[in-house]
Amino acid sequence: MKSKQNLQLVRPALDIEAIRQDFPVLHQAIRGKPLVYLDNAASTQKPRAVIQAVKDFYEKDYSNIHRGVHTLSERATIAYESARNEVAHFLNAKSEKEIVFVRGATEAINLVSQSWGKKFLKAGDEVLISHMEHHANIVPWQLLREQIGIELKVIPITDQGELDLEAFEKLLSKKTKLLSLVHISNTLGTINPVKDCIKKAHALGIPVLIDGAQAVAHQSVDVQDLDADFYVFSSHKVFSPSGVGVLYAKEAILDSMPPYQGGGDMILTVSFEKTTYNEIPHKFEAGTPNIEGVIGLGHGIQYLKHLGLDKIKAYEEELLSKATLALKEIEGLQIIGEAKNKVSVISFVLKDIHPHDIGTLLDNEGVAVRTGHHCTMPLMKRLGLPATARASFAFYNTVEEIDALLRALEKAKKVFG
Amino acid sequence: MDDLRELYQEVILDHNRHPRNFSAMEGASAKAEGYNPLCGDQLTLYLKSEGDQIKDLSFQGSGCAISKASASLMTEALKGKSKQEALELFKKFHHMVTGSVGEEPDPSLGKLAVFAGVCEYPARVKCASLAWHTLKNALEGKGEVAKTEG
Repeated sequence: MKSKQNLQLVRPALDIEAIRQDFPVLHQAIRGKPLVYLDNAASTQKPRAVIQAVKDFYEKDYSNIHRGVHTLSERATIAYESARNEVAHFLNAKSEKEIVFVRGATEAINLVSQSWGKKFLKAGDEVLISHMEHHANIVPWQLLREQIGIELKVIPITDQGELDLEAFEKLLSKKTKLLSLVHISNTLGTINPVKDCIKKAHALGIPVLIDGAQAVAHQSVDVQDLDADFYVFSSHKVFSPSGVGVLYAKEAILDSMPPYQGGGDMILTVSFEKTTYNEIPHKFEAGTPNIEGVIGLGHGIQYLKHLGLDKIKAYEEELLSKATLALKEIEGLQIIGEAKNKVSVISFVLKDIHPHDIGTLLDNEGVAVRTGHHCTMPLMKRLGLPATARASFAFYNTVEEIDALLRALEKAKKVFG
Repeated sequence: MDDLRELYQEVILDHNRHPRNFSAMEGASAKAEGYNPLCGDQLTLYLKSEGDQIKDLSFQGSGCAISKASASLMTEALKGKSKQEALELFKKFHHMVTGSVGEEPDPSLGKLAVFAGVCEYPARVKCASLAWHTLKNALEGKGEVAKTEG
């Protein structure tokens, strides 16, 4: 008895009920039923700490940054730059100079494609992506292909939804000039062995971009340990405001890149004859940024740190295994994506009921899931499916909510007889 | 369950399971493609008309129950109608699925009134009206696109 108590003391679990109190949006009824929010892979809800930080900033400190000498401007600048520092620590970057704020992971990849890609790639060079990429890590490279004639190569995946690592190694060649790979699949939940892939690419001198949009909310990320050259993510997927994204890039690489957009704040001096650019990271942040969003992100990260990403990971793994087992019990339900290493993202199809009908039927029960192609159309084609339904869990979800999902699915089956 | 039955009426479920006029048409006088990128609903609509009259319609494709049943019921409703009548019906149908809850559907919609519940689900309006938008393209000759071949 005593030892059991000790064990609990050593590993205190998350207090989910207390955590749920931090998220005002969760406490409401949808179509008369308690909201069960299982669309966290699309976007995450915001804790009071983030909402309050944005509100406080508006009410007490709002001003533009890096401009004025007045007190409010100084406060705003400090708050904005502290958030950069927070992000740098969150990713374990060497310096906050390596953190560029953009609009989202999508813009971060476009920035790399247009700035780094246009300078360092040429016709015939290959960019290697995978079959499970989000459109955000496909289309920017296609744009570059149209502009300068690079080639796009695709790492195939297995039927379980894992990277075909043998094929990956074969695809790496002298022509490969960038590996741009998703860390965790938003559709399948697959955790890719990115550290290993980076190592293999680096052995051939190939730089690597990792799309971490789906990763940062589920597990801690250490860009130095991974040795990623670029790492991108979106603020709204880590319980923070939308409209903000992060591009991490190694300092020397950022230094070598030309500006992405021109405007205020990214310059040192401007004359009609010649403009000199600001230092990194400011060189890549033209115009007034989403100041309140960045400040909110800083607080969102603090909140995650306070909960502890390791505890979050352990709890979500529990949710994942419970939900997976329970869903498999439903007759006619097939889970799409059964990689060995997964986060709490579960895509599925149910008999011949179209995912959109499932989405509406679940919404009627208060259960929010995503349905469709999840912005991964090539992956859907590979799977031979027009769409899937996807339940994605965060640390504020409960075992009872898995039950609510199951009940709603059984009801959907009944309606469709 | 009652609120759900409001949307997924037996007629809709039946037409989803057993869509009518669900085939490619030999000698169609018009053909159009419909695609809803949000859902991935996709259909090909075939028309045979003589002068102003729609003699026959059929469709093929994949999609959710709402889009499939809507296409199926539409092909049934429009046989023998003039092009003008078909477009009028589309207007009334569109008004019904985007209208306000509780509003009585126009009586000329007949069986199509089973889609009245869609107005409570704005995200599903596109599913219900995809076949009709495709019809409009086919009638206006925008649909004879070669990309659908093969």
